[in-house]
Amino acid sequence: MAKRTPEGPPPPPAVQKLRVRYARRGRLRFSSTRDFARALERALRRSGVPMAYSAGFHPHPKISYANGAPTGMASEAEFFEISVTEQLDPEQVRSALDDALPDGIDILDVVEAAPGALADRLEASRWQMVFHDIESGELEQVVQAFLAADTVEVSRMFKRGRKSFDARQPVLGARVEAGEDPRCAILTVVVRHTTPAVRPDDVLTALSLVASFAPPRPPLVTRLAQGRWDETTAEIIDPFDG
Amino acid sequence: MAPTLVGMPGESHFAALEPLLERVTKPIQYVGGELNSTVKDWNCGGYGPKGDERTVRWALMYPDAYEVGLPNQGVMILYEVLNEQPDALAERTYAVWPDMEVLMRERGVPQLSVDGHRAVRDFDVLGISFSTELGYTNMLTALDLAGIPLHAADRGEDDPLVVMGGHASFNPEPVADFIDAAIVGDGEEAVLGATELIGEWKAEGRPGGRREVLRRLAETGGVYVPAFYEVDYLPDGRIQRVAPAETGVPWRVGKHTVMELDEWPYPKAPLVPLAESVHERMSVEIFRGCTRGCRFCQAGMITRPVRERSITGIGEMVEQGLQASGFEEVGLLSLSSADHSEIADLTKGLADRYEGTNTGLSLPSTRVDAFNIDLANELTRNGRRSGLTFAPEGGSERIRKVINKMVSEDDLIRTVAAAYGAGWRQVKLYFMCGLPTETDEDVLQIAELAKRVIETGREVAGHNDIRCTVSIGGFVPKPHTPFQWAAQLSAEDTDARLHKLREAIRADKKVGRSIGFRYHDGKPGIVEGLLSRGDRRLGRVIEQVWRDGARFDGWSEHFSYERWMSAAERALEGTGVDVAWYTTRERGESEVLPWDHIDSGLDKEWLWQDWLDALDETEVEDCRWTPCFDCGVCPQMGTDIEIGPTGKTLLPLTVLGSGKQTMVREQAARGA
Repeated sequence: MAKRTPEGPPPPPAVQKLRVRYARRGRLRFSSTRDFARALERALRRSGVPMAYSAGFHPHPKISYANGAPTGMASEAEFFEISVTEQLDPEQVRSALDDALPDGIDILDVVEAAPGALADRLEASRWQMVFHDIESGELEQVVQAFLAADTVEVSRMFKRGRKSFDARQPVLGARVEAGEDPRCAILTVVVRHTTPAVRPDDVLTALSLVASFAPPRPPLVTRLAQGRWDETTAEIIDPFDG
Repeated sequence: MAPTLVGMPGESHFAALEPLLERVTKPIQYVGGELNSTVKDWNCGGYGPKGDERTVRWALMYPDAYEVGLPNQGVMILYEVLNEQPDALAERTYAVWPDMEVLMRERGVPQLSVDGHRAVRDFDVLGISFSTELGYTNMLTALDLAGIPLHAADRGEDDPLVVMGGHASFNPEPVADFIDAAIVGDGEEAVLGATELIGEWKAEGRPGGRREVLRRLAETGGVYVPAFYEVDYLPDGRIQRVAPAETGVPWRVGKHTVMELDEWPYPKAPLVPLAESVHERMSVEIFRGCTRGCRFCQAGMITRPVRERSITGIGEMVEQGLQASGFEEVGLLSLSSADHSEIADLTKGLADRYEGTNTGLSLPSTRVDAFNIDLANELTRNGRRSGLTFAPEGGSERIRKVINKMVSEDDLIRTVAAAYGAGWRQVKLYFMCGLPTETDEDVLQIAELAKRVIETGREVAGHNDIRCTVSIGGFVPKPHTPFQWAAQLSAEDTDARLHKLREAIRADKKVGRSIGFRYHDGKPGIVEGLLSRGDRRLGRVIEQVWRDGARFDGWSEHFSYERWMSAAERALEGTGVDVAWYTTRERGESEVLPWDHIDSGLDKEWLWQDWLDALDETEVEDCRWTPCFDCGVCPQMGTDIEIGPTGKTLLPLTVLGSGKQTMVREQAARGA
């Protein structure tokens, strides 16, 4: 069989790799990671970022996505990486890309990639869940019951069917505060990234299992931070640091 | 629970919608905020001399799912044209999926626009664009969710005018109960005319209420108001006559035709959704109308004459659209794109201009006889090489003469051989089943044709790794075509013929494995046929089937033939007519057709002659290249063919990608 190769010269090589932090806010939290990927590719073209492309009959811009937040959850700490064919000024890329994306997908930070894989710098996330029509005292009791357990098995539908996993061990910490409104409680959890990932909705399922907890409305969920987990300080380290 | 409206007209209901978004599939389709979308001030038009508001507000609906409706060119054009007006605004709304419909009813959330999440009932006009009759039930869902009475006769002063457009409006009779008006033909100029008229009426303090504004619209001769017409029937169920029931209302309502397409370069800034849609590209309409004269093709008949956009006009639209959208593919849209008088210069010019930018070009609709490999190579120079698609429509030479699709088998074989020889591996062929005078033999000829395609392809390619896909569906006779009198083939006969074809393709194991076979069964075609050539008596059927749960009839997973047949049986009881009467019955020359009072410009006598020519297997030429054959459109509508060549060429200049200048590091730039 005749082997086909595309005519013409190979695409220009990548000379720089940039890491990008962005936020997904407001109503755009309902966009999925695939929705974002489409929007990003178009924004890159509009803004004129000289993207590096893969070779072959179906050239694709070189973008790698890392650990996107589930659809419906907001985030202040989403990441991706792009490869470009010229040396660019990261701050200029940030503002051009931010202009080309819809409001609510906001580019926060662009840096030149440090050595190593971006995914290795994303070990844990801090999530905030804002509950309405719940008092913080009630939520506190539920969370204490959860933290007192060694394991809490939850299950969720995956593409290949329902899977059970422990939602307790990956939770590195949890804190309850009262919101400004007395009928509002805020839960902040720090979760280590595992496979399968324990998501805020899994934590919520776990809470309902340990204490028959059923909030009248689903909480508004936001990922506040994502990065390396420092055992000694028990804090998340910004993946762009060091 | 009935929709409950709270707050001021024009207020956003997003807060009520938001909790539902957590619980539905693909929530992004309901949130709006697409690139190039607009939310205007509710009172952008200000007030008339006595303080009456004069802003004219359109809710534009494409009555299908967001992913299908968003890329629709018609809606996109009207949206932009209207929003450019200082005293008008337009927002979009789409059919909500059943999961969302249930929640909206539970929580009393009304049908909303996706732009400002404003209640559809707050707008002055609900304009619905029907590309297909299968969207009728979705219109009823939207009206009901909006809190607008289903029947035009029951609407009050606070309800929007429900106006239909799109190709289905060339026979609006089946939905006459539900619409206040229909605008027939090209919409961009027509909506501006209607907007001006409605704006004046509002500024005057709405004298005479909705009846008066409808009368003013009807008097222009370009807006059909079904309530102003009376239909009488003969004892055998046929129509006796359709006549105005109101003075000052014309006997026939004419279609709108936009001339000088270069003056209407829309959409200038295509909408770019976050959600996935059925067309992941921007489209530029390179011409409108078609006079190839395929007798089954309603689009070709009702959009005459051919009006080309100039090569330079197209070039500007592509450049502007790519800049505004960031799409990586441009579709050069029309009914038969390779027929543009400057298609070779155009595709070469665009391919040169966008060399190195990974911008692909596509021609969604290409005739075999207008296609060549140079053209195909230009189309794939900067983009991705996908399959090639051709539509011979009929399997045998004989049936292609009947339908006036003048493509010979040798033409087709020559073209696909060239394609396989140039490295293409996949060719798709489109056909129809159930064409007038068709027999099993005509359809079985498709199998022979496909085998020849594969055998030739293997020979020229020098290997067996090539494929051909045969895609076939049932033919539906449409109004304003020579086949408007034809009997539609029943669903059973269509399915039997398709079955025989499949067996014939499979019989030859050597080539059969290289031929894919895709078909649509005959049942949805019967419902489409019922609604296409139906009359006012079908309003009851549509309402019944909707009450029985019909939604999204264009989707096989939602469509139920049995539900439609059962509703039709009940709703047509006592009328003396039934589904077969509307579909599989051949009409006579003297029969009054339900759409005769809608003027597409086509002379009914010419259509009848063309129908006789079809039965006679006589072909008719294209008036772009041969003398006029008197279809009637140009003299009736005062129009003329507008085609090139202009002799102009495209300069290989683009600003696409120039944004990088601000990003490149200075020291690196010096080093380069």
